[in-house]
Amino acid sequence: MSKQIICRNATLGYEDGIVTENLDFTVNSGDYLCILGENGSGKSTLIKALLGLRPQLSGEIKWCDGFKAKEIGYLPQQTPVQRDFPASVREIVLSGCLAKCGLRPFYNKAEKELAESTMKQLHIEELAGRCYRELSGGQQQRVLLARALCATRKMLLLDEPVTGLDPKAQSDLYELIAKLNRDGITIIMVSHDLNAALKYASHILHIGKKQLFFGTKENYLTSKTGMNFIETEGGE
Amino acid sequence: MAEKIQYYFQFPIVRYALIVVLLVALCSSLLGVTLVLKRFSFIGDGLSHVAFGAMAAATVTGVTNQMIIILPITVISAVLILRTGRNTKIRGDAAIAMISVGALAVGYMLINMFSKSANIAGDVCSTLFGSTSILTLKKEKVWLCIGLSAIVIFIFVLFYNKIFAVTFDENFSKATGIDADTYNLIIAITTALIIVLAMSLVGSLLISALIIFPSITAMRIFRSFKSVIICSAVISVICAGIGFFVSLLYGTPVGATIVTANIAVFFIFCIISSFSGTKK
Repeated sequence: MSKQIICRNATLGYEDGIVTENLDFTVNSGDYLCILGENGSGKSTLIKALLGLRPQLSGEIKWCDGFKAKEIGYLPQQTPVQRDFPASVREIVLSGCLAKCGLRPFYNKAEKELAESTMKQLHIEELAGRCYRELSGGQQQRVLLARALCATRKMLLLDEPVTGLDPKAQSDLYELIAKLNRDGITIIMVSHDLNAALKYASHILHIGKKQLFFGTKENYLTSKTGMNFIETEGGE
Repeated sequence: MAEKIQYYFQFPIVRYALIVVLLVALCSSLLGVTLVLKRFSFIGDGLSHVAFGAMAAATVTGVTNQMIIILPITVISAVLILRTGRNTKIRGDAAIAMISVGALAVGYMLINMFSKSANIAGDVCSTLFGSTSILTLKKEKVWLCIGLSAIVIFIFVLFYNKIFAVTFDENFSKATGIDADTYNLIIAITTALIIVLAMSLVGSLLISALIIFPSITAMRIFRSFKSVIICSAVISVICAGIGFFVSLLYGTPVGATIVTANIAVFFIFCIISSFSGTKK
């Protein structure tokens, strides 16, 4: 099991203030890390830092063993622009391959095949010609997941992936993510959903103004932070 | 009617004008989809006012080739508008409004103060709404127009996939290591080129219509990015052709006629889409 991300005493924030500090955790390949925290606890700032888009104020975030920040497949939250975007599913999935193109203006055959096989893997091949904005929320998330998988097969970073989905679509998406994790892809999921975190994750990172907990799920259940949070959130 | 058109086409000037009209229509429709989807529609509008101001400045300095002044000023403004769009102190829409109205005011003032022309109102009107007749085109202008169009089309085809990715999801593109800021810059600069290109034809107030109408029309019916782009290019070229011939035959102002044709097609597409049940 090799280390992919090491975060040592990192402080995150903007020019005018610290959002969260004392972040200290490690992500190993094959982990399923769930990041919990209230709104405003710095989850989205942490995402930007992990993606290498915004440097930490102090401390260290390291991508190790040849693993690079841009090899993280990112599943962002949907933006209003996307909801009425005229694009076919195939076009969107293919755009995940774009980083592989470099300066080459068009996709080559290998990239087109990768897009097709990824769509098959996620069972959305019948949707390939459909328009993105006409799909259900669950189908849209699958499309974006396929796009992320075209970009990388090493790590996925999911930002509140089930927001706005009905319960059936939520559990389908969680099962799909768990399956990808069993296939060896590291998962980092930012979530509000404590029950899902406890059911699927192998590790928990709980952040507030500073790091409240990092460790395995089993340890979280017996930790003070964990027990308090589970009580207030009414989890299992 | 056919005879009349045939008669007009004996003159090279009419043929040049048609080429220019079709090229301008094609180019302006290409980036429209991206600008509409990125909520950048008013960048086009803002830049066209800047181009008006620049043209006024160029008139005052009395240089023979006004493009030397108009082109750089518009391109620089495009970059500035994009930069301030990300500045939190002045929000994007306010920045665009400031730049565009400011350029309009200064431009109009300059023309009034320094113009030696006897017909200032006419000059201003044709800069704002396009020439009443574009049959005054010089041959150099036609070549300039062809050159600029070629550059715009080349950039668009070369960066087509990148423009799609950056338009659809800037965050994801950045996360996978695509330099989204650079591509946004390319989009802004290309928009500036298109505006300078289209200004002599439809005038600075009507350019946004030429950029935005074809793509909104195409989005009524088509559902993939590629088909929307192709359809909006086709709509734009056809409307420009219709507008050109109507204005030739009935002596209407070219720019306004083309835009009216676009509006008509927009409503036709709206009706079709509501009948076929693909309404948004």
